[in-house]
Amino acid sequence: MIVQFKPSALRQTRWYEYLVRFVLGGAMTVVAGLIAARFGPVIGGLFLAFPAIFPASATLIEKHVRERKEKAGLPGVRRGKEAAALDAAGAALGSFGLAAFGLVIWLMIVQSPAWALVFAAASWLAVAVLGWHVRRWL
Amino acid sequence: MLEYGLRFLAGGIAVCAFAALGDTLRPKSFAGLFGAAPSIALATLLLTLSQKGAPFVALEGRSMILGAFALALYSWSVCVLLKNFLLSSWTATMAALIVWFAVALGASAALFQLS
Repeated sequence: MIVQFKPSALRQTRWYEYLVRFVLGGAMTVVAGLIAARFGPVIGGLFLAFPAIFPASATLIEKHVRERKEKAGLPGVRRGKEAAALDAAGAALGSFGLAAFGLVIWLMIVQSPAWALVFAAASWLAVAVLGWHVRRWL
Repeated sequence: MLEYGLRFLAGGIAVCAFAALGDTLRPKSFAGLFGAAPSIALATLLLTLSQKGAPFVALEGRSMILGAFALALYSWSVCVLLKNFLLSSWTATMAALIVWFAVALGASAALFQLS
């Protein structure tokens, strides 16, 4: 299956849906900082991988797919849930990339902070995409 | 206060950017990879690095590995709740949070004594 880039899909998202993501993402970043300051880096680091905007994103996906199907005269409730489930399956694979990100930060940040961030981001993308391809081959 | 204002702004922008990128990608399972993007980490690590130093960030990175495995189990649980139990997305994602907390805090207590 070929990965497709569809910028037109952005028009489906309404302005207040972006606002919800912005506020949730900003709030979670503040909360992660507060937790790290209060409880230290061991607990604080856990919250760098907290599914803060996952509930909002999954709900939006379900809603968008349901509306699109119902507009076409098709039953959309089940399709909406299936689309959100597929997104969650992708996030499960992406989590391994996030673990690779944390591993590179742990091992490299003291020696070379700038390169650690670059390699960590590259590791996240490489492991996540590789995981997705492996999952499709199995 | 300024620090937390900057965190809010950086986190909001990073989360929106990754979410918008995910919106534009098909198939949905591939787009889902961006649901586990290091958006909060990227937004916050530079600030933490400048204020608390690299050893503090290294410990955060180590804990982030456990948080990420908790996120993998959380996401898988959401997938099962949606496909097999046909819960709504909101109910499934909120109910599965218990999995994230149990795995992240449990593994952290077992491996690092929550130090």
